[in-house]
Amino acid sequence: MQPIVTNALTKKFGDFTATNAITFEVKQGEIFGFLGANGAGKTTAMRMLCGLLRPTSGEARVAGYDVYTQADKVKRNIGYMSQRFSLYEDLKVKENIRFYGGIYGLGNEAIREKTRQLLQKLEMEAEADLLVSALPLGWKQKLAFSVAILHDPSIVFLDEPTGGVDPITRRQFWDLIYEAASRGVTVFVTTHYMDEAEYCDRVSIMVDGRIQALDTPRQLKAQFGADSMDDVFLKLARGK
Amino acid sequence: MRQFFVFARKEFYHIFRDKRTLLILFGMPVVQIILFGFAITNEIKNADIAVLDQSRDYYSTRLVQKLTAGGYFRIDRRLQSHRTIEDAFREGRIKMAVVIPPEFGQSFFHLKKAQVQLLADAGDPNTATTLINYASSIIGNYQQELNGQTQLPLTIDTTVTMQYNAALKSVFLFVPGVMTLILLLVSAMMTSITIAREKELGTMEILLVSPLPPPLIVLGKVVPYIVLSFINALMILALGVFLFGMPIRGSMVLLLMECVLFVLTSLSLGILISTVTDKQQTAMMASMMGLLMPTTLLSGFIFPIESMPLPLQWLSNLMPAKWFIIILKDIMLKGAGLEVIWLQTLVLCGMTLLFVAMSIRNFKTRLS
Repeated sequence: MQPIVTNALTKKFGDFTATNAITFEVKQGEIFGFLGANGAGKTTAMRMLCGLLRPTSGEARVAGYDVYTQADKVKRNIGYMSQRFSLYEDLKVKENIRFYGGIYGLGNEAIREKTRQLLQKLEMEAEADLLVSALPLGWKQKLAFSVAILHDPSIVFLDEPTGGVDPITRRQFWDLIYEAASRGVTVFVTTHYMDEAEYCDRVSIMVDGRIQALDTPRQLKAQFGADSMDDVFLKLARGK
Repeated sequence: MRQFFVFARKEFYHIFRDKRTLLILFGMPVVQIILFGFAITNEIKNADIAVLDQSRDYYSTRLVQKLTAGGYFRIDRRLQSHRTIEDAFREGRIKMAVVIPPEFGQSFFHLKKAQVQLLADAGDPNTATTLINYASSIIGNYQQELNGQTQLPLTIDTTVTMQYNAALKSVFLFVPGVMTLILLLVSAMMTSITIAREKELGTMEILLVSPLPPPLIVLGKVVPYIVLSFINALMILALGVFLFGMPIRGSMVLLLMECVLFVLTSLSLGILISTVTDKQQTAMMASMMGLLMPTTLLSGFIFPIESMPLPLQWLSNLMPAKWFIIILKDIMLKGAGLEVIWLQTLVLCGMTLLFVAMSIRNFKTRLS
């Protein structure tokens, strides 16, 4: 069974159709890039998959659960990190980890063990008692990602996770994503950076609420006769 | 339940690490009570008066002694003639003049009628009225005392008794007023700001994606403020009782329960504000302008509702604070029980339910 399956998923706000009958599947352990210009309907689609918005029509199953009737089960099995900060700046690193572990129902013992592993992996043991506001941006983002998958979700949704970060930190961030995917976590990521699209296993491009292209970056480039994903994106956006 | 405690603990971290929040929570109530209690006060202590005693008999001397004995009045000068009264006022030192006509004692017992003239500087009408009230009540007492000696009612006069607050202490009005304001401010403003903050920072989205049910998110944010507001209420009551000698004549349990009720009303109002705003600034302005101003002006805290124009009197019914101030005064000063204040209690309960219902409706429309 695929982690994400949608069939003609549609969301209307009044007369405006934000997401128009999108149908796609995401495979287990895949890094799935979800691209589109601002206002193309990416965020709306993502919010429906996370159980934040109720679809107008169509079907969607996430982690095997129906987004209409089993939103609570969906929420329990996904991780989420948004472009804006998911961490509390006035809480210490340790306290943030404990808080998110706690709201996902992890026990004290599990949280302690997870905290130790996480800090070790990020080499942040010395910063455990610092307020998050004292950390550099790149560290905050890596920490936010690690916290988003603290409860071992089968799918993690990343909404423009690398906004405003320098290329080196972005590269390091993607190492974390690869590492998670290699452990079988399915990664659903939206991004503005076309170089990041190249890192994805498969990419979908939304234009005006519809999915206009969906394939591996290599095949998309071949299909549109483009050198880079940037070209593919521009051709699609202009060709409408 | 565990999730709830995790959440509430996080909320306490936010509160205790933000100096501004702490200052509003615990600094402001103390400063306000002390300001209102000591500085901004209507009550009179040691007002300077002039006395023109043309009688100079035993009874008139006693009367003057009575006037100055309570600590309200202090004799600045003794006058010799009517002509000097005007001059005394003009100098600006005295607030009131007492004129006792010749043969005061004699008139009282033989003509069964004696007169005392009180002249007050009505440039400040509030003070003048208060002074005249004080003086009349002292003279009234004196008269009763004289009648008591002779066992005969010699004069018929209306006696004014300032029920429940005999000394007309303004702090008795200010303690319930400030308490109401502080609870409203802390509960409504702080909750609306704290929820707006989660939205502004984007953490609200993370919370909504988590398995936490939305009511638990709101509860987790609100419960710490219920606790803190309740501590605040206790603090203000303690200041009122121990610093200003405010009585609590009614049931303490009832009083505290009414406090909890009002905190809930204010919190639900704060939640309602937070459902229509996404920014901390907006939440703060909405609470300040939309709540604080009308509450201060219309709740009867500063201006008596009875002397407002009729439309404003109707409007004042919409202020939760108005009802709570009545409840506080009734319990603390009159010792009233639930049988007296059931209507006010019911109004507050109704308002709370209404605010909660409106919040839920707003929240649902945002989600779909």
